[in-house]
Amino acid sequence: MSTELFLHGRMEGEKAAVVASGAWTARHARELELKLERLVNATGQRPGSRPEVAVDAAGIRELDTFGAWLLERLLRELRAHFADVQLVGLLPHHHGLFAEMQQANRGATARRAPENSTLLGLEAVGRGMSSLASDFAALVAMLGAIGEVLARVVARPRTLRLTSTVHQLDRVGWQAVPIILLITFLIGCIIAQQGIFHFRKFGADDYVVDLVGILVLREIGVLLVAIMVAGRSGSSYTAELGSMKMREEIDALQTMGRDPVEVLILPRALALVLALPMLTFLGSLSALYGGGLVAWLYGGMSPAIFIARLQEAVSITHFEAGLIKAPFMALVIGVVACSEGLKVKGSAESLGLQTTTSVVKSIFLVIVLDGLFAVFFASIGM
Amino acid sequence: MHALAERTAIRIRDLVVGFGDHMVLDGLSLDVRRGEILGVVGASGGGKSVLMRTVIGLLPKRSGTIAVLGLDLDAAADEESRAIGRRCGILFQQGALFSSLTVLQNVQFPMREYLQLSERLMREVALAKLEMVGLTAVDAEKFPAELSGGMTKRVALARALALDPEIVFLDEPTSGLDPISAGDFDALIRTLQQTLGLTVYMNTHDLDTLSEVCDRIAALADGKVAAVGPMATMLACEHPWVRAYFRGKRARGLVRATALSPI
Repeated sequence: MSTELFLHGRMEGEKAAVVASGAWTARHARELELKLERLVNATGQRPGSRPEVAVDAAGIRELDTFGAWLLERLLRELRAHFADVQLVGLLPHHHGLFAEMQQANRGATARRAPENSTLLGLEAVGRGMSSLASDFAALVAMLGAIGEVLARVVARPRTLRLTSTVHQLDRVGWQAVPIILLITFLIGCIIAQQGIFHFRKFGADDYVVDLVGILVLREIGVLLVAIMVAGRSGSSYTAELGSMKMREEIDALQTMGRDPVEVLILPRALALVLALPMLTFLGSLSALYGGGLVAWLYGGMSPAIFIARLQEAVSITHFEAGLIKAPFMALVIGVVACSEGLKVKGSAESLGLQTTTSVVKSIFLVIVLDGLFAVFFASIGM
Repeated sequence: MHALAERTAIRIRDLVVGFGDHMVLDGLSLDVRRGEILGVVGASGGGKSVLMRTVIGLLPKRSGTIAVLGLDLDAAADEESRAIGRRCGILFQQGALFSSLTVLQNVQFPMREYLQLSERLMREVALAKLEMVGLTAVDAEKFPAELSGGMTKRVALARALALDPEIVFLDEPTSGLDPISAGDFDALIRTLQQTLGLTVYMNTHDLDTLSEVCDRIAALADGKVAAVGPMATMLACEHPWVRAYFRGKRARGLVRATALSPI
């Protein structure tokens, strides 16, 4: 079989001829394309090329779309060099496919101009800045929408979706308790251990109670729990709402005259606002417990002394300063998660992207908010 | 043996597929001949999709044999069954386009995976395939989320045809299309089948598709093939379900048309 001989150019007196043969199929397409390019280049370099060329396709035994397209490409490129290009000998049962390929790629192919990398960089910065502004606007809009619906619900409490709210509360509150307790317990242990280890150098072991108490109640407790909730519940809100958006469930809701903010988003945001202070409270207790346990086992401070010193070290103000922040952080997480969820477009990739953005953004904003609260509390002397 | 393999594209014998206690396919046998368009009909939930998914290897079977292009898939080595996979193209009911790739990249995906081609050739052939299914170069840069239902089906067909398969499986190709688009799609399948010499295995509920496009029809009932043959055989069949399907209220036009111009 002449599988080796795919494409061959030769001169027959005054007339140029190209002989095509073998299997013109996808399997050999790469090889064929290379031979084709070589042949066309050789033809192009010959000055004063002949007016006529015949392409003899009688030897083509197998032809598929790839081969048919390459044959058509060969003819088109030869036409650039020869006045008259003819195809002879194509087997009858290949005519249909070849005719189809003659129609292909006729339109002007929009070749993209090579892009300037500096311009691309500038464009990315510009887009980033404008999307920053529009993201902020989206957050404010979502906050406004939740506020509006909340006002309506306060006016008519029966419109609150109680079942949904309780269900969400169960998911983001109750079911989150074990992991929150575990993590905050461990963090409490670690803070106490580090405190004892370093304070011991100054003989100031006892101050570890102040360290653990104030740090946990004011900052670490609420911050840690908020970050965990953003990762655990915020991401699931975004993914849920995003896939509902993808499957047009949110549109369906709207056409039934129901406001998605009222039905889907308010119960979720409300559940977060209720759950986060409770989780913060439990988390702080767990961290103090961990700190006390380490102080006893590692630092040799008896629990009674730990509790007595804790009462002196912390006041109710520290506890309040921590807990006041919780509902605001919850609101930030809820607003970010829901607005990112509604930004999901049709593709699976966009769902993943929006979920990541939601978690990153809410953790960032929670920390920024914590900083603002610290400045605020310092200025009012709390 | 060789001659038989030449004529039969898919050979199914005594196939049993079930979920738990429920037997969906119970001793089903069916042959798909090379170069024909076979339409498979059956009640919703009656095992059409299960049969197709079993043949293409997405569902496990309890017993029986399936030979595709003369190769028994149970006895075949991984390498061989992958090679068979390359010779089959599948159009899923919802299109199943990769949502993060453009239309063009979707069509190029099988080529990129299986063939060593230059970017230029891949682009040209993919565009040619898209033109064959009636789309333009402008559509090629779109993402699946931006397509209408009919366009999604066309792109999915172009992707199924990307590697010039010998067998194409179509799962409800015209469902969700308006009658005009469905008619166009039928014509498209017919044209492509003739140009590319395809064997087409098609699940469908569309009576027009069945009468216009299909060479033979197989009716599934009670987990078996109740009847198989051209439309005339279906209309003459006395099996109660087949009777109800082809001579029911919705099929009256069909009976009349067939009476005027016997197949």
